[in-house]
Amino acid sequence: MIPYIARRILIALPTLLIVSVIVFLLQKLLPGDPVLALAGEERDPATLEFLRERYGFNDPLVVQYFRWLGHALVGDLGISLRTNQPVLELIGEKLPVTLQLALMSMVFALGIGIPAGIIAAVYKNSVFDWFANFVALSGMSIPNFWLGIMLILLISVNLGWLPASGYEPFFRDPVRSLQTMLMPSFVLGTALAATIMRHTRSSMLTVLRSDYIRTARAKGLSRREVILSHSFRNAVLPIITLTAILFGELMAGAVLTEQIFAIPGFGKLTVDAVFNRDYAVVQGVVLCTAVGFLFINLVADVLYGVFNPRIRNAK
Amino acid sequence: MSKYLSRTAMGMLMACAVALPAAAADLRIGLQDDADTLDPTQSRTFAGRLVYTSLCDKLVDINQNVEIVPQLATDWTISDDGMSAVLNLRDDATFHDGTPFNAEAVVYNIERGLTMPESRRKSELASIEKVEATGPYQVTITLKTPDASLMSQFTDRAGMMVSPTAAKAAGADFGLNPVCSGPYKFVERIQQDRIVLEKFAEHRDADKYHFDKLTFLPIPDSTVRLANLRSGDLDMVERMAATDAAPASADPNLNILDVTSLGYISIYVNVGNGPRAETPIGQNKLVRQAFSKAIDREALVQIVYEGMAAAGNQPYSPTSPWYNKDHPVQPRDVEGAKALLKEAGLERVQVELQHPNNPVVAQMMQVIQAMTAEAGFDVTLRATEFATLLSEQSQGNYELSRMNWSGRPDPDGSIHQFKVCGAPQNDMHYCNPKVDELLNKARTVFSFEERKPLYDEALAILADELPIIYLAHEKYVYGLNKKIEGFELYPDGMIRLANVKKVD
Repeated sequence: MIPYIARRILIALPTLLIVSVIVFLLQKLLPGDPVLALAGEERDPATLEFLRERYGFNDPLVVQYFRWLGHALVGDLGISLRTNQPVLELIGEKLPVTLQLALMSMVFALGIGIPAGIIAAVYKNSVFDWFANFVALSGMSIPNFWLGIMLILLISVNLGWLPASGYEPFFRDPVRSLQTMLMPSFVLGTALAATIMRHTRSSMLTVLRSDYIRTARAKGLSRREVILSHSFRNAVLPIITLTAILFGELMAGAVLTEQIFAIPGFGKLTVDAVFNRDYAVVQGVVLCTAVGFLFINLVADVLYGVFNPRIRNAK
Repeated sequence: MSKYLSRTAMGMLMACAVALPAAAADLRIGLQDDADTLDPTQSRTFAGRLVYTSLCDKLVDINQNVEIVPQLATDWTISDDGMSAVLNLRDDATFHDGTPFNAEAVVYNIERGLTMPESRRKSELASIEKVEATGPYQVTITLKTPDASLMSQFTDRAGMMVSPTAAKAAGADFGLNPVCSGPYKFVERIQQDRIVLEKFAEHRDADKYHFDKLTFLPIPDSTVRLANLRSGDLDMVERMAATDAAPASADPNLNILDVTSLGYISIYVNVGNGPRAETPIGQNKLVRQAFSKAIDREALVQIVYEGMAAAGNQPYSPTSPWYNKDHPVQPRDVEGAKALLKEAGLERVQVELQHPNNPVVAQMMQVIQAMTAEAGFDVTLRATEFATLLSEQSQGNYELSRMNWSGRPDPDGSIHQFKVCGAPQNDMHYCNPKVDELLNKARTVFSFEERKPLYDEALAILADELPIIYLAHEKYVYGLNKKIEGFELYPDGMIRLANVKKVD
């Protein structure tokens, strides 16, 4: 297993490099002068020139890129043009927020999606299937921002059960932290649950039709054992992949949901940084997200092995 | 059972009694967006200024009538030739880190604004030649040219005093841990989440400030900001969307207040900035007049802003003392507009209008597109992301461009840098020596009676030549929990908390 993981990490390095080049170039292709955005209502030419020089915008692109890379390699991702805060510190601030939101959303997504998918497959074309499909389609079609605002109005304003928005670090006040994250993670989770449910259902249907399931049934195994141990265990592989991808997307930040619930995560940070042409922040966050994405996919690959001995034992 | 219930109720009551004083001493304010760096010399956002109002005292402040009143400076005199100003300072102020406030500190701060390479205050302080301490609590400012707007610059960030000790130690990173002399001191900041300040007990007016802690929470979505206010999670929100103001007014627990801002909403016309100025609207003032005539400004503010803006046609709102009353906002006149186009020898005019890509602005521009179409304009709208719009504008890559200005207490700040030849914000490249002469002269005379005719004359020329077509003046709309008392409105939109209380 360890050589396998090591190999995967080695493969990941060039990917990260390519990601960083692409993000860097895309940002530079954006129209708009970062210095004008930075200067605000001040148009003093000397100040503009100083800012241009200070952030190295006068240098050729290649120089700018390698300077960034050189610093990044020793753990310095630069400072935010907007607030002068080191980018690494910003990422450290936002990462726990985004991680907590992503984890809690996945709990909702998997907790709803997988059982609903299994039930829909086992009771195919029944009322259960129809109902699960209905819920799934609704989850996919209702926009997050609308559901978010409706929940805030209902749960916070009318009923007063949960705080309307905001964030509390988990280790400062765990109860309030969970309370503030409940609605946003539900909003995100239900949308993902729909996708997971649809995949679980179709994956289960394929497995349920296969010969070994018929054999298992013929052997007289209980229905529960056939569904959970024999069918689901095999059906779960594509769902792991899907979960990894969805989780990776969550780690990039859920812009709209963060905006609605005023959660200080990656999404809001990135969008603000793009609008302010805060290059260092965009670059740093994307790099961090890419690392996260690769890591989650690695975890998914390892989990494959756990669920499927054939993969685990393959040389 | 009933015993249990009554005991629970008792317990809750007691808990409330214990909790209330603590809760009453906290104020939670919802901001529309997050502040940028919290260094008054470097910062540039409105949200930042809202925080500074409690954090950093200024040399002078404005009152509700936009007149300059003492804050850290107790009085000031300007020499007869207008070339120097003497400011006397109060002797009972200290910075949050214990550094005494005195003339040395003022000299340090003004020089910081002038010379710090990162400073965004250079244009505001441009007239200053040097500043010296002429007594322990007196500074003398020598000017390069007379500048009637000097004291008004000190009512905002250029006049905010930061602790020299802290600023020297932190350099350009001062904003990460700001130290000023205001009624509240900095505690912590989590970007995009909150800025927390606590009461500065040694402030000379500490007894006028009734909150122990202020928390500023950026909540970008106006509806969610309002929801937080209604659920009691916030005590106050600023810049409420016009569409939310009407439903919020119906809530018996809220007070909705508004005040017309010092700024304006306008359309820049490229009259001389590069080849894209070579258009009928850029070259012929009759075409610009026709465009302006075709707009129903009153309808515009009612449709788009639901009345939460005031129609306007000058850099100053019709309620400002600087407004030129000889050129009032005219009702829409489509026939007049067509006649002007005819006089210019044109039937239909093609023109491109770029605007920031937010829904309210887009709606406003669509209404203008429809209004001017009736007079003979084929307006193509180009929604542009804001940073791009700014650079297109300064490079002259536009025909018409929708721009805002936040406004300044002194009339000079809303006109000079936009209209004088080669001035930094003159992205139109408008140039008229007569206007330059009038606006420059208005800087050198100090009384309202002397300045007003100069601005009136300049405004009359500008109303005829229209390098900027003014549309309206936004209102700052606040939502407050009814428990908040004593809040007063100022045209600069700042939240001043002296004598503001939370009552139960």
